[in-house]
Amino acid sequence: MSKSAVTPADQSYSKKIDSWLSRNTFHHGEFWDLRKLVEEKERKGLRISLCIPTLNEEKTIGKEIIIFKSELMDRYPLVDEIAVIDSGSEDKTREIAASYGADVYFSGDILASQGFKRGKGENLWKAIYQLEGDVICYVDADIKNIHPRFVTGLVAPLIHRDSMHYVKAFYDRPIAYSNELRPSGGGRVTEILVRPLFSLFFPELSALVQPLSGEYAVRREVLEQLPFPIGYGVETSHILDVYRHWGLDAFGQTDLDKRVHRNQTTGDLGKMSFGILQSFLNRLESYGMVDKLPELSNLFRQFQAEGNRYQQVLKEIVEEERPPMATIPEYVEKMKQAGREVKPVEI
Amino acid sequence: MEISQETHLAPILASLPEWRDSLQDLREMVLANTVMCGEIPSPTFEEENLVRFLCDRFTETGLSSISIDELGNAAAILPGTDGERGPDLLVVAHVDKIWDATDDHTVTVGADTLTGRGIADNALGAAVLVTLPSVLEHLGIQLKSNLVLLGATRSFGKGDLGGLRFFLENSPHSPQAALCLEGMQLERLSYSCLGMRRGEITIDLKPSAARHPGSAGAIIPLSRIVDRILAIERPERPFTEIRLGSIEAGSAYNVAPRSASLRFEVRSESGEIVARIIEQIEEIVDEISAGHEADAELAIISTREPGDIGFSHPLVKSTRAIMETLGVEPALDPSMSELAALLDRGIPALTTGLTRGENRHTARETIEIAPLFTGLAQLVGELVLLDQALSPTDE
Repeated sequence: MSKSAVTPADQSYSKKIDSWLSRNTFHHGEFWDLRKLVEEKERKGLRISLCIPTLNEEKTIGKEIIIFKSELMDRYPLVDEIAVIDSGSEDKTREIAASYGADVYFSGDILASQGFKRGKGENLWKAIYQLEGDVICYVDADIKNIHPRFVTGLVAPLIHRDSMHYVKAFYDRPIAYSNELRPSGGGRVTEILVRPLFSLFFPELSALVQPLSGEYAVRREVLEQLPFPIGYGVETSHILDVYRHWGLDAFGQTDLDKRVHRNQTTGDLGKMSFGILQSFLNRLESYGMVDKLPELSNLFRQFQAEGNRYQQVLKEIVEEERPPMATIPEYVEKMKQAGREVKPVEI
Repeated sequence: MEISQETHLAPILASLPEWRDSLQDLREMVLANTVMCGEIPSPTFEEENLVRFLCDRFTETGLSSISIDELGNAAAILPGTDGERGPDLLVVAHVDKIWDATDDHTVTVGADTLTGRGIADNALGAAVLVTLPSVLEHLGIQLKSNLVLLGATRSFGKGDLGGLRFFLENSPHSPQAALCLEGMQLERLSYSCLGMRRGEITIDLKPSAARHPGSAGAIIPLSRIVDRILAIERPERPFTEIRLGSIEAGSAYNVAPRSASLRFEVRSESGEIVARIIEQIEEIVDEISAGHEADAELAIISTREPGDIGFSHPLVKSTRAIMETLGVEPALDPSMSELAALLDRGIPALTTGLTRGENRHTARETIEIAPLFTGLAQLVGELVLLDQALSPTDE
């Protein structure tokens, strides 16, 4: 027995996603003119803080600080402060970051009255208290091919468009090339766990190419309203909460081309998935959705890129099911002739 | 060129320590430029991306006459206060690196060092070239001369200094003096270059020899050539040497190769001796080729004529004084690079290093950050000196 194909709700989601992709998806190359960007930022009186959460990142932190300080503070005053918020590195992360001009904080020293928990989300949360910006741009510290675009591509949409609140990075990770069309993947955990979950429960959110990317820029008015899981689930819960309160149009996403970083082991990805699943189920519970699941869609939503244009790839996946063999008369009869009586049990 | 100790040199020597301290303010800028120049692959003949980056930087700094010529050189001018009347000073850094585009060009920034392929040769030189206008502005220095900044392509190997040679032949700006930038070593002071020929000998077995069941392959005739080259007489004075740089032949333990090649360099303070040795090598190659075993060919890849502005040249003398004031002991070292093309055309020129480093031409090429500010102060000192010595006086 086959379930019905594409529903009117699916079609409505598809239409909305297409419209959102064309309006709210950017490529960092659109924001090459930093002089103009700085002018617009100053005209709007915005202050921008850059937060880099760290734990033992001595190999990459120096380069990030040098590039960001030189290009986005000294040369073009786009960023007003660069802060490293550290979870207690045991290598030279803090020393190197400070030597190149970043403001360096130990997370435990910020808002000490609230205690200290070790985790990336903790650092991101404490940054809201410690930093001054109207916009906070978070960039992970493990990027080997760091470039100013990792900041400009994220803050520019917020500078230009007042209605946008939360801009995420995504990276082109081509899996294969054929006829100029390349599947745009979002990372292993995204593709295996998060995208299927979003496709089932929050289809509009599947429009985010890389919901787990560690680089995003957010307005303070939004950040200060969000709870922060301190572990792996912080990005997922942010997306769900922002979507629930501000809707899909609050999001933007920017293609930052390639991101080179250390690869995680399958074991690490398993831990990450477990944390994300915890956060996801917690959110379902807090939204009162656990016993009121929405009608589950059969459409799995992925993306393809053609040049800088992104389009949905919809795959109808219907998990059809066969009944237990013990309910099939021919089987029961065959067994009977073989001298064996078969009765179905309640499962 | 006349350089007055009292009028020109003394005020510069007095300013050097202050310049060195003040340039620390530009640390992130020069390091960021070095990282970016280091991470853009730029093999010889494929320098377009790095050249485009340099031109973008020239544009952002507000330089004039920014251009990319037919050979891909990036050039720009920081106009001097004397306008047309002022001389042209050239600062040149080669932009090609020895590494393939597919090699990992990631630069690692440590507390005191930068490490990565080509970071010293010559990402740092290119980075200082584009940072130089900001350096002068930061120190409040306005040159009377027009400062021509050149990112030169096709320096290494078969490039044979092609970029700089083309620029010098075709540019409307004929420099009265020039400085060449190299990443390391800080102590380096090159004011002369040796005569040089680089050549490649290729051996191909003749068909009859290749088919012979007992053929020992192309390595044997090549090794005969090597023996004969090493037997060529080389005088101790003038200094002369033959360097055998690389041999390529074969791909397995048990298969006799049909072809082989040898790359070598002959260098000498005397151009005549270089030419004579090359003639002898040609004869050796012809003799082997005339035999029944193999065809041998010699191709000359690049050529330098010896040049020297002299240890006592006012520019060299003053630069030594600048280095010594900064606590750097000059190491006099003949150059084989850009300097040769400049001296060829009679342009007074020097090559100096910008900082200290190690592991040159390896994947772990490393430069030290702290000495860089001494190198920058030295560069500014040399520029100001040339500017004052070469600019016309009102009298």
